[in-house]
Amino acid sequence: MNLPAIWAIYKFEMARFFRSILQSFVSPVISTSLYFVVFGAAIGSRIDQVEGVSYGAFIVPGLIMLSVMTQAISNASFGIYFPKFIGTIYELLSAPVNFLEIVLGFVGAAATKALFIGVVILGTAAFFVDLQIMHPVAMVIFLLLTCMSFSLLGFIIGIWARNFEQLQLVPLLVVTPLVFLGGSFYSISMLPPAWQTVAYFNPVVYLVSGFRWSFFGLADVPIAVSLLAIAGFTAICLAAVWWIFKTGWRIRT
Amino acid sequence: MPTVEIRDVRKRYDGGFEALKGVSLDIEEGEILALLGPNGAGKTTLISAICGITRITDGSIRVGGHDVVTEFRAARSLVGLVPQEMNLEPFQTVIAGVRFSRGLFGKRPDEALIERILRRLSLWDKRNAKVMELSGGMKRRVLIAKALAHEPRVLFLDEPTAGVDVELRRDMWDTVAELKRDGVTIILTTHYIEEAEAIADRVGVINKGEILLVEDKASLMTRMGQKELTIELTDPVDSVPPALSDYDLRLSEDGGSLTYRYDTGADRTGIGRLMGLLAEAGCQVRDVHTAQNSLEDIFVGLVARQEEETAA
Repeated sequence: MNLPAIWAIYKFEMARFFRSILQSFVSPVISTSLYFVVFGAAIGSRIDQVEGVSYGAFIVPGLIMLSVMTQAISNASFGIYFPKFIGTIYELLSAPVNFLEIVLGFVGAAATKALFIGVVILGTAAFFVDLQIMHPVAMVIFLLLTCMSFSLLGFIIGIWARNFEQLQLVPLLVVTPLVFLGGSFYSISMLPPAWQTVAYFNPVVYLVSGFRWSFFGLADVPIAVSLLAIAGFTAICLAAVWWIFKTGWRIRT
Repeated sequence: MPTVEIRDVRKRYDGGFEALKGVSLDIEEGEILALLGPNGAGKTTLISAICGITRITDGSIRVGGHDVVTEFRAARSLVGLVPQEMNLEPFQTVIAGVRFSRGLFGKRPDEALIERILRRLSLWDKRNAKVMELSGGMKRRVLIAKALAHEPRVLFLDEPTAGVDVELRRDMWDTVAELKRDGVTIILTTHYIEEAEAIADRVGVINKGEILLVEDKASLMTRMGQKELTIELTDPVDSVPPALSDYDLRLSEDGGSLTYRYDTGADRTGIGRLMGLLAEAGCQVRDVHTAQNSLEDIFVGLVARQEEETAA
């Protein structure tokens, strides 16, 4: 294992993050506050409670997931796309590193950033609503797995993308709708039966449900299914990355 | 054992274009090999294949005895690459970039070594500058510093002086000479023949994915080099004297000088007899000088011959 290489890539990626630490910190704080003003105060005051939890508190896990997923994807995809774009990828390709080391460096850094954002949102949310976390260990596990698996997905998108438009395409056209339709701001049980069936095909439902369970003990799907879903998703992403490096798809000519 | 062993390497791109058509080449330890070829000859593809950036279709490459595919870690650890394009992260500082490169190759931090590299390349004063603030020449040096950060035994320089001014080119040559003194094997690609002539020990000529020739620079120039003998006459003549008709002589327009082209490698150059015949014909010789053909002539000749063969 080339540990110095993993550390070098990780540090390099984190440096980009620290260069814009203020933006990294301020923007999630502002957007979370806005969500609370709109969903929590304006709309939430009419919804009152969802399954015994105040609406303001109910949306916190979904809000965190929304940001963590989009941040993980955008950080990881940009992280690997940019060296491709400016040509510095030659150095990675000619270095004595294997795919696992490259992935650990890039995905590790992207996941760290996403985790940081998640924690900032959690902290901000605590100012607006009373939060209880029933299963803190499960919460941390769900959060970490989500950071990792969506960073992996972002990494794949970054390798796949041939231009900046494509880089934005998947997050915009696929991920954001899936997250919004994934029960981030409502319980799946609030949907009409037909849509409930459709919702179960959305992988994000399982993540949000499991994450929400770790806060309130409420879930749309059994917790074991949620864990299986995210483990399966991570495995698929890992397999895809392994294949990419084995075949050199879109990186090695 | 050669430091780099290239055996029957072929590279066919997905579109069907064959960039390397069975290249074999040994690169000896401590030498400077110049790979000479026109644009699109396959120089960069060959280097990319050795460094692991391009996957070869067929054949094998070993660096320090390690196969570049199956033992890529051991092979790549020995190799440093200075790419042709200015591929640098614009927001990174010079020193951070060099540290990054060292780490990427699995080496522990060594600030003293990095300082030595940066000082040697006159980058020490710029170590905390962002790459985007540097001039083109400075960026080129940063690329070299990054390639040297992990103490490679073999250094590839892909067109190191393309688009570089004369002074910087001389600088670059000095740097290469210094590295050679440290025992680093250097392979550089260039389409400036002057460059190969100035710094290489051996010259390889590559065109259309084939190595046409690899030879000691000096012997290449003697073996294939032709010389031109120019004889200046005291009194101009109207035509080449008939006694000299079996020589292929060229008379200058003013009739004041005769030029004779001969092969330095031939058994007899015919110069002695020519001078005798000139004296017999009553021509007084005022001055004589010779000029050696440059590598460029050799190169152009080789490429032209390959084209003729392809056409035939």
